[in-house]
Formats: sequence, C-alpha cells, structure tokens
Amino acid sequence: MGMSIVLAGGAKEKASVSTDGSTSMEKVIGALGEAFMNQNPGIKFTYNPTGSGSGISAVKEGRCDIGLSSRALNDSEIAEGLNQTVLAYDGISIVVNNSNPVTGLSIEQLALIFTGKIANWKEVGGNDQTIVVIGREAGSGTRDGFETITGTKESCLYRQELTSTGDVIASISQNPAAIGYASLSSVKDTVKTLKVDGVIPSEQSIADETYKIQRPFIMVTSNARTLSPSAQAFFDFAMSAGTESIISNAGAVDAK
Amino acid sequence: MPSSKTREVSISALLLAVTLVCVAAVLLITVYLMWAGLPAISEIGLGNFLLGKEWASTSSNPKFGILPFILTSVYGTFGAILIGVPIGIGAAVFLSKIAKGPVKRILTSAIDILAGIPSVIYGLIGMLTLVPGIRKLFGLPDGASLLAAIIVLAVMILPSIIKLSAVALDSVPKEYEEASLALGSTPMEAYLHVSIPAARSGIIASIVLGIGRAIGEAMAIMMVSGNVANMPSLFGSVRFLTTAIASEMSYSSGLQRQALFSIALVLFAFIMIVNALLHLILKKGKKHE
Repeated sequence: MGMSIVLAGGAKEKASVSTDGSTSMEKVIGALGEAFMNQNPGIKFTYNPTGSGSGISAVKEGRCDIGLSSRALNDSEIAEGLNQTVLAYDGISIVVNNSNPVTGLSIEQLALIFTGKIANWKEVGGNDQTIVVIGREAGSGTRDGFETITGTKESCLYRQELTSTGDVIASISQNPAAIGYASLSSVKDTVKTLKVDGVIPSEQSIADETYKIQRPFIMVTSNARTLSPSAQAFFDFAMSAGTESIISNAGAVDAK
Repeated sequence: MPSSKTREVSISALLLAVTLVCVAAVLLITVYLMWAGLPAISEIGLGNFLLGKEWASTSSNPKFGILPFILTSVYGTFGAILIGVPIGIGAAVFLSKIAKGPVKRILTSAIDILAGIPSVIYGLIGMLTLVPGIRKLFGLPDGASLLAAIIVLAVMILPSIIKLSAVALDSVPKEYEEASLALGSTPMEAYLHVSIPAARSGIIASIVLGIGRAIGEAMAIMMVSGNVANMPSLFGSVRFLTTAIASEMSYSSGLQRQALFSIALVLFAFIMIVNALLHLILKKGKKHE
C-alpha cells in the first residue's frame, strides 16, 4: 500500500489531500473525508466548496488534487486531459416552500415553469400567486443537470441566481411562492420536496432510475499530473467497497 | 554621535521602502488590470461592451454587454448614499455635539462594532430578514432586489460616514459655535449653519469613503440582490459590477474570464473617477475658505 510511504514522508510535513468543487457534494465528500482521516490520522483532508465548474478549473490549473463535479465532463474538458470517475449518483430534488400545497409536478410542467410559460401556481393546482424561480449560477453542476434533463438549457428565466445549494434552500424556505432545485443529499425539512412524474426522490428511486432528475457525482483528475500518494490513497478509499454505507448515509447512491 | 545619525538615516530609508511597497501594489494592480482587461474590450468592442444591455457569458452565442452592471452599481451606490449620508451626518452631530459621558462611550463602541461586522453577516441577515420583509411590505412575489441591496449598503457605509464626520465636527473650533450662539442662534441652528459647513471637507471625505465601500462591496449584496443580469429596477433582481465578477470568476474560461477582468478594469476606473472628482471638490472648497 502507498500508506506507509505517506506516513514516513509525513514525519516532516503533514501529507494532505485537497479537493475542490461541487457544493452539492458537500455531505458525501465531507463524510468520506472524515472517515478517511479517522483511518489515516497522518493525512490532512481539505474540501473547498466552490461549485462544479470551479472544481474542474481548479484541477485543470493544478490548484487541487481532486476536482469534484456534479455533472459529467464535456468533450472539450476530456480533450484537455481530464479524467472522470463516477463516485455516486445523486437526485436533484425539486423543492418549494413548506407552505406550498402542490405535491408534485411533471417534467414538462417543470420545463414550462422554469422557462416562464407557467407563471402562476394556480395553473398547476396551487395558490393564486406568482411563481418565483430560484436557480444557480451558470457554472453549477446542479443547474446543468436540471436544465439538461428538463430540456431548458439557456432558456430558464430565473428570479434569483444564487451561488450555493445552501443559499437556494435558505431563500426558498423564506418565500412561499418559490421553487428551485437542490441536491437530494442537502435537502432537509426546511423546504418541501416535490414528486416528479409521481416519484419522490430517494436512494431507491434513484438506483432503479424511476426518479428521472438525477446526475453523477464525479471525481476529476488530470492526466498531466500523477496523484500524490496521499491523494491516491483517498481516491482508492473513496472507490473501495467499504464506503457504500458512508455514501448512502450522506443521501447519495453508491456507484460501485 | 555618528551611530545615531546612521540609525536615523536607515530608519527613514526603511520607512521609504514600506511606502514604496504600497505604491508598487497600486502600480502592479493597475498594470495587471490593463493587461488582463483590455484584450476582451478590444475583441468585444468598447461600445458593445459598455453599452450592451445583454450579458450571457456562458450561452452558445455569448453576449458581453455590461450596461446593466454599470447602471446597477451607480444606482445602488447613489441610493445607499442618499439614505446613508443624512443618517450618518445626523448621528455624527449627535455624537460630537450632544452626547456626553457614558452615552457617548456606548454609542461610539456600538458604531465601532457595526464597522467590524463581516460583510457576509450583513448578507446573511439581509437574506433571512430584509428580503422577506421587502416581499411582504410591498406585496412582491420576491424581495431579492436592488432596494434590498441599497438598504444593506446604506447600513454598511454608516460607520465610516459617522466616524469621520464626527472627527471633523469635533475639530471645529468652539469659538465658531459660541459666536453663533452669542448672535442669538439656538444650538441646533449653530450646528446646522456653522459646525457642519465648517467641517465640510471632513464630511465630504467621509462620503468618499462611503462611496468607495459601497461601490466595492460584493459579498453582502450578492446574497440579497437576486444576482440576475437584468437592467436595473428598484424591485427587480439585479447584478452589480462586483457581483458579476465574484459570481463567475471561479468557473470562467477564455473570453468570459477576460471579460470579467475588463469589468474589474471598469470598476477600477469608476473608483478613480470618484476619487478625482471629490479631490477636485475638496480643493475648490479650500480655495473659498
């Protein structure tokens, strides 16, 4: 194992693994990082929650060991020498305020709402109030996943474009007319999760693919550099069979 | 003693060196912004860049017009000054001329604390209280707006306006006010017509600092302004020059990244112009005295 080398080298300077990227992956990567550091007290694990696009840029520019992205790499990113490894699958929950009586929407209705063609909640069985669409910044993996699956790329009309999963959930919890999307693993009972095409997102419905709005959590590495022994150790740990329960406790579905 | 002379010389050389570090930082930033910001402007075209009404940097047919950001920053700063300056000067008069003893001490330290609150906290509290408050008060679908940003900015610039104005008012010679009182004015009339005009240059300097802080703030307003690149309206979702840079820089590439540096250059030019204008006003004020 590479472990012993890492620990020997760690005598002078503490070995480290730096990750950077998707804010949706916060819970999964946080739980994995914690478990990894418990097993390897000599290695320092860091995670910088900046968004998928930022994580991909960071690994390309050598600013972190492993980039985290909640969308698959596109062709140009692969052509630039980046590698992707699917760690888990995550549902994109469609969330509304807890006071909203609507319980579910179809993908088609979602597309119409996010492009502004349905503008009032009463058109989909809710109260008579203007729908407030809250989304993420253009570099977000969650936004990319949602817009790709609903076929609304570049045509969504957002009232707010926030820069993290947490900000989206906080804003929706404050506004009875709001709707938005957020990683299933980050959604708590401060907001209400809608059924999409009659299916509520869960580990089960994501694994059997009956819940349609889902995307991969990937680890991005660069062909231009080999991982440091400590980063490789974390990579191997994250992809080992023993981490299934950590990933599912964090609300995602293990991909191995 | 020769040794004390050498020491004097070497200390003044050291002080010169640390001052030059500051000057070098300004020069470095200026040169870098020019170098990084000009290529995109020449590629997009100065007119299209400054006067374009549409910003869609990641679209398949990208558009790089920053007029919405420029107008939002101008309106936002102006609005913050409009609210912040009268409140700030009023508070400064109270602190400098009326408040005494423990009241003055408590108020002064409260304002110091206000100055020390990190901007992300202003943003968070704004997001959770001000944004829903504006939504309810005006019956809007959503409260994240230019107005929310203006209110946050107005509160954020208060400490610098109050502190500097109070110092300026403190240094107005007592004889000025006494002369006014002796001529039969009430204390309030003396403050308004004598003390404030006499402290004019200090008060204007405090407003410059306030404008500087308002135009440069990003974190707090990003959380309350909705952050969509619309043309500004008081109750609409808006994006500032600063938040345009902050929200896209980390994942930008190619022309998009260059255009963000161009926005930074515009922001830099703005602050230069504001400073120059106010220096001019101060100079003129001195001549008239």
